[in-house]
Amino acid sequence: MATSSVSKGCFVFKPNFKKRKISVPVEDYFNKGKNESEDSKLRFETYQLIWQQMKSETERLQEELNKNLFDSLIEFLRKSYSGFQKSSRDWGCQIKLREIPTAALILGVNVTDHDLTFRSLTEALQNNVSPYVVSLQAKDCPDMKHFLQKLVSQLMMDCCVDEETKEGSIQVAQKKTHCSMDSLSSWYTNVTRKTDPKMPRKKRTSSSQWQSPPVVLILKDMESFTTKVLQDFIIISSQHLHEFPLILIFGIATSPIIIHRLLPHAVSSLLCIELFQSLSCKEHLTTVLDKLLLTTQFPFKLSEKVLQILTNIFLYHDFSIQNFIKGLQLSLLEHFYSQPLSVLCCNLPEAKRRINFLSDNQCENIRRLPSFRRYVEKQASEKQVALLTNERFLKEEIQSLLENLHVYHSNYFLVLRCLHQFTSSLPKYPLGRQIRELYCTCLEKNIWDSEEYVSALQLLRMLAKDELMTILQKCFKIFKSTSEKQLGSTAKRIEEFLAQFQNLDEAKEEEDTSGSLSKGLQKTDLYHLQKSLLEMKELRRTNKKQTRFEVLREKVVNFIDSLVREYLLPPETQPLHEVVYFTAGHTLREHLNAAPRIALHTALNNPYYYLKAFATVVTAAEKMDADSATSEERNEIIHARFIRAVSELELLGFIKPTKQKTDHVARLTWGGC
Amino acid sequence: MSYKCMYYVNVYLAVDINFSSLLSALLFLFRLAMMSKLELKEDRMLEVQFVGDDDVLNHILDREAGAKLKKERTQLLVNTKKIIKKPEYDLEEDDQEVLKDQNYVEVLGRDIQESLKNGSAADGGNKVYSFQNRKHSEKMAKLASELAKTPRKNVSLSLKNDPEIINIPQCSKGHSASDNVQLKNNDKSEFLSTAPSGLKKRLIVPRSHSDSESEYSTSNSEDDDGVAQENEEDTNEVILNQKIPSQNRAVSAPVCKETPSKKMKRDKTSDLVEEYFEAHSSSKVLTSDRTLQKLKRAKLDQQTLRNLLSKVSPSFSAELKQLSQQYEQLFHKWMLQLRLGFNIVLYGLGSKRDLLERFRTTVLQDSIHVVINGFFPGISVKSILNSITEEVLNHMGTFRSVLDQLDWIVNKFKEDSSLELFLLIHNLDSQMLRGDKSQQIIGQLSSLRNIYLIASIDHLNAPLMWDHAKQSLYNWLWYETTTYSPYTEETSYENSLLVKQSGSLPLSSLIHVLRSLTPNARGIFRLLIKYQLDNLDNPSYIGLSFQDFYQQCREAFLVNSDLTLRAQLTEFRDHKLIRTKKGTDGVEYLLIPVDNGTLRDFLEREEEES
Repeated sequence: MATSSVSKGCFVFKPNFKKRKISVPVEDYFNKGKNESEDSKLRFETYQLIWQQMKSETERLQEELNKNLFDSLIEFLRKSYSGFQKSSRDWGCQIKLREIPTAALILGVNVTDHDLTFRSLTEALQNNVSPYVVSLQAKDCPDMKHFLQKLVSQLMMDCCVDEETKEGSIQVAQKKTHCSMDSLSSWYTNVTRKTDPKMPRKKRTSSSQWQSPPVVLILKDMESFTTKVLQDFIIISSQHLHEFPLILIFGIATSPIIIHRLLPHAVSSLLCIELFQSLSCKEHLTTVLDKLLLTTQFPFKLSEKVLQILTNIFLYHDFSIQNFIKGLQLSLLEHFYSQPLSVLCCNLPEAKRRINFLSDNQCENIRRLPSFRRYVEKQASEKQVALLTNERFLKEEIQSLLENLHVYHSNYFLVLRCLHQFTSSLPKYPLGRQIRELYCTCLEKNIWDSEEYVSALQLLRMLAKDELMTILQKCFKIFKSTSEKQLGSTAKRIEEFLAQFQNLDEAKEEEDTSGSLSKGLQKTDLYHLQKSLLEMKELRRTNKKQTRFEVLREKVVNFIDSLVREYLLPPETQPLHEVVYFTAGHTLREHLNAAPRIALHTALNNPYYYLKAFATVVTAAEKMDADSATSEERNEIIHARFIRAVSELELLGFIKPTKQKTDHVARLTWGGC
Repeated sequence: MSYKCMYYVNVYLAVDINFSSLLSALLFLFRLAMMSKLELKEDRMLEVQFVGDDDVLNHILDREAGAKLKKERTQLLVNTKKIIKKPEYDLEEDDQEVLKDQNYVEVLGRDIQESLKNGSAADGGNKVYSFQNRKHSEKMAKLASELAKTPRKNVSLSLKNDPEIINIPQCSKGHSASDNVQLKNNDKSEFLSTAPSGLKKRLIVPRSHSDSESEYSTSNSEDDDGVAQENEEDTNEVILNQKIPSQNRAVSAPVCKETPSKKMKRDKTSDLVEEYFEAHSSSKVLTSDRTLQKLKRAKLDQQTLRNLLSKVSPSFSAELKQLSQQYEQLFHKWMLQLRLGFNIVLYGLGSKRDLLERFRTTVLQDSIHVVINGFFPGISVKSILNSITEEVLNHMGTFRSVLDQLDWIVNKFKEDSSLELFLLIHNLDSQMLRGDKSQQIIGQLSSLRNIYLIASIDHLNAPLMWDHAKQSLYNWLWYETTTYSPYTEETSYENSLLVKQSGSLPLSSLIHVLRSLTPNARGIFRLLIKYQLDNLDNPSYIGLSFQDFYQQCREAFLVNSDLTLRAQLTEFRDHKLIRTKKGTDGVEYLLIPVDNGTLRDFLEREEEES
């Protein structure tokens, strides 16, 4: 069956029913693609396992981060609702009734993440405030009619799920034809009356603690609603507020000013607005990184380049956590897909078990790893031979190496956090404000070779005592949290330092009296003054008699420095790092942040080629058709090719026809026309 | 390989956006290739030397300066020495360039490889924009300042590749001068008639432009003037041999527009400023007035075009095959990624239709899939959704709106997780699908867990279709698949500029619609057609006014009242047969928005039948 036709644009292909039943499992594609399909099944399973874990972890994080926001929102809703109740009893204050309680939720520009937030918000509200939660998007509501239709249909769907489902669906179908605020409020009184006798139902324990729960309407993207629809709706619903208790939630991506820009004063005065700010996406990213990458919980790691690319996409393109996670997923997939040894990229006991089942081929793969080769070269010659020839010996060695790698990582992150405590508060942030920047630098190279590190240490040597002590206390907490033996002693060292600082306070008074500058009062000429000043300078430089605090500070800084030098080695120095580190940054960039424009440009880049190629073609054609074809025909062909070139340019969007003059086209690229 | 042609197009687009000049450029280059071949006949080798954009520009655009300043021939004779000196010096540089650019085939191959390997996102920019770089920029600046200082010198500079003057100064003296004057007058009057309201400044530029234009068109558009042709060939030779640097021209042209006396009054700085703006604005005003109508060669229709093109054997077929084989190795990976919830979009130069088709036949045989030709002019989201509901899901109902239909499909796929559907969309960025709503709907479909989308895009600005929200719906993985294969199928729907519209579709629909009408209505419509055809040559024809039309219809006993005619017209309008337009005087004018050829065919058929 062909897929081109002059009368049709869609072609459906359905295989026989029998065939369709056998759908190919996903992992088969995982195997087929690569020739070296070592342990591919296991690899794919590991991929899925890790990905599931990561995904659930991020979801958990999201929930945790939203919890605060949701709690305050729910609190607001409750308060405003109880206001309803009170004033409805107290029939006198009609005016207050006109005000619709409104929560303006400022979510930031990462629009793609909002969906997730709203989904969990809806859930939380349904559990805690009211069963009637409706969320609308601007694209569904081009005008008032659609707005109400959507509102009604969603409301009725929601509650009909709880009640008699069949009856409800019929109702919906009927109601869709004509919707008005009147019908809505009558529906509402109907429903609340109906549910009243059924109060003691299991399902609504918390939500129907009030007699008539309010209707919560979430406008997901407030900015994109048309002003007219919004205004009309607000005016109308404020009229009906006494019979149809409504609470609005605006999702705002930009700034709260937008409310006043969209709504004139007459309308916005009908709202009782309270602002809620969600967590900034950068903080969100930091926590995600913290929990997913800066931990030994997940064996999978990113190389410096990859991490850089992912954070750059995040910071410079979309601020979207979801996209970041997508990038992470892709790199995970790519890693397991392209690296046969990734089979060992799992938790330590499992990896040790798997080592025993490694095939000869895989052993060969390990021997070919550059980091492993470097490791072998450092060994004694007998051991070298054994590693390269004896499989069993090799496997044992791999086990210990993997263990070392694990220990390396757990130490690495502790020291990294500790260093971050020190550097994050320095002026001008020589090593970055965020831990991810520090992590990137550490991944890239020996951090102590960098200028920034040196200047950071210099700044550390000037820290005041109380600053230093708070940092040390934080570090102490970090080290205390782990049970590693080696670094346990570090915690002890820090504790000692802290104690010494405490002791300093008592010894302080004694020092104050000594070391005053009595010489400065002597009368001298300029020459002598200069000389004595120089001497003093010299003296101060070589002065061994620092204060005790300075000595101690020096000690602390040196201690940190030694920690960094010992534990923050870049991962490339570790044997077998290839197993857990994903390094192919360019594929990631290619697939996530592609530049089709550049691809087109490069393909069409050098005009000289075309000229030359054209000449070649023309002469070649000439040689061939020298006898047979006339020049007229050749011209025809050239003409035809020219026409094709023009149509293709048009398709590619380089030119477009204009109405200015006959046969004119406008250039669309390279600076417009 | 049509891409080779693109260069010409690019060059002309950078300069002057007109098809006839494009065509003539093509011919020029072609002739150039011929000539150099003649020269090098001994070793049977063709050497194309690099011709800068502006050399070619010279050829097409006016020699405005030359034409204008021929009167001052005395100065010119003084300066001939200089003219000959300069080109030699430039020749060396160009030779080097030629050397550098040899082995282009290997480079081409390597480029592809490179762009395959690295996403070329980061380092691409440099390469890409080098296209516009001028190599002698410093020299240009120097030259410009020189020219600015001495307005007289540029006269000679800009004239230097005028062959008549260099080679045969004496004989061309009287002849060309008189010629010029005559032509100038002609053009002036012509121009004034077409654009009476033009500004004075604007007038100057096109006129001087068309001066040389017409001077050239005698030779260039093959008006069998033998002598002129020889001259023309001389010109080419001169250009070729001397390699006059194009930059000189680009600079000198705007400078020459200034009359020397004016210039003296101004001080230097304002001079430069003025120059800058003129140099940058001039490109807009300068358009050639050659049109396709002047060309002997007729427009081709789709069929002959296809026949002609099939005769051309594609070049580099081995390399192209290798390239596509590389992409074929990705098929399984694509399947894997599709199944894991990503969607795949292919971009890059060249038709990706064959590639997707191969993908379909190799890995999708056992699953339900829908192929959507986005380039099909009649495609719409509605038809895509229809084919899913009717053919894939076997649903025999109708839907109130597209959104309802979408909801229904989404629910269906969410309910039944065993249901799987692959969507292959060729040209997701086509005219018909690039709308916001269409993209939203397709994006929503593709975000379903069991609908897999693989699509191709070609338009340069295609990614602008998607905002962040849509991008997250699509969840794209991008793959660069530059195939370099011609867009045969995609451009075959008669929507191209230069392809003659055969008009078979509108004609048949016209006949169908009119057959369903009453004889009176047909008569009314025929009246309008005839009137429109009678006014074919009238450029200011805007349509038949309602009153006149009514009068005519009455006289032909087709209608008896104003109202019946109006009712009839409403029916026409519903069928999109006519369009009404309010004239400047507020009167309604009626127009048939079908091209005249089709109308004529229609009339002929009608007469045959009756």
